[in-house]
Amino acid sequence: MAIFYILLLFMLIAAIIAVETKDLLSSVICVGAIGFGGSLMFLFLRAPDIAITQIVVEVLGLIILIRATISRDLTFITGEREFFGTVVSVAIMLAIFLFGISVFETLPRFGTPAFAKAPAGSPMKTYLTEEQDPNRVTSTYTAMGLRETGAANIVASVILDFRAYDTLGEATVLFTSILGATVILRRKSRKLLEEPDE
Amino acid sequence: MKGMTIIVKTISSWVKVLIFLFGIYIILFGHLTPGGGFAGGVILASSYVLLMLAFGREFAEENLPLALTSKLDCLGAFSFALIAILGLVFGGTFFVNFLYQKYLPGEALALVSAGTIPLSNIAIGVKVGASLFLVILSLSICCKGKECRFD
Repeated sequence: MAIFYILLLFMLIAAIIAVETKDLLSSVICVGAIGFGGSLMFLFLRAPDIAITQIVVEVLGLIILIRATISRDLTFITGEREFFGTVVSVAIMLAIFLFGISVFETLPRFGTPAFAKAPAGSPMKTYLTEEQDPNRVTSTYTAMGLRETGAANIVASVILDFRAYDTLGEATVLFTSILGATVILRRKSRKLLEEPDE
Repeated sequence: MKGMTIIVKTISSWVKVLIFLFGIYIILFGHLTPGGGFAGGVILASSYVLLMLAFGREFAEENLPLALTSKLDCLGAFSFALIAILGLVFGGTFFVNFLYQKYLPGEALALVSAGTIPLSNIAIGVKVGASLFLVILSLSICCKGKECRFD
């Protein structure tokens, strides 16, 4: 468990540096360090699928951000903070933090995979009946995954067979966002491009 | 920007093939080993991004033109939806794994197994790779002060 706290500390320090530094390039690199810490954490939690996706997306996102940063003229942030805005944002963050603590108390303990049997001291057991136990669904997936879909990788059988609607939605989100980005980034519309300039 | 030095160009032209091959491996073995369509697609896109960073945007755009990229993007999305609709036609339910249940059971842990899951992985890989390359192309084309030339 100690490794998770070391990684969490590393990611927290990187996040604070990313917010506080005036240099945009170091800020971008600190964001990348947070992502790599998250990827290591997924690897230690025995989720190699998510770790691969996280590290690959992180590398590509880092390249995009660095390229976008160094092609701009302004790479340093100048100017002072406003007092009122800082106070309001700190208050909102505190409220979200307190709310988050009460939410996290109902979740399974950190490092306890949902595929495993629910731990004895879990608060889930206190107010859920056997049919409402969320581990019932996941244990069905692990037990029936290979027989129902034939895929040796349980994650693939879940995201592309049991819960393929999620993947369809994700693909639609990506498709729509690319469509919107290309339409917005294009300065002139097709109609204006065809007309000669006057 | 006309690219980097000849050392970077030579090395990246070799490494690019290996990265592309690794992306194909991640996609094709997505139902057997960790990985899958999304991660493999991002790796495919990153091989072209490497080409773009080393040789400049024009060279990468000659290799994979913008029109072809957007067609590949649409093709991936369409074929993933088509696999789902084929499940409705042949299996009776949207997204049902009709190939595994009826036509091609395959052997567990074999490359040709799991029915429509590898096909969906390939479709998602093509779609994600094309769209992420399109993001980087559109970001580098539409720089400040330059004329965008999307067609």
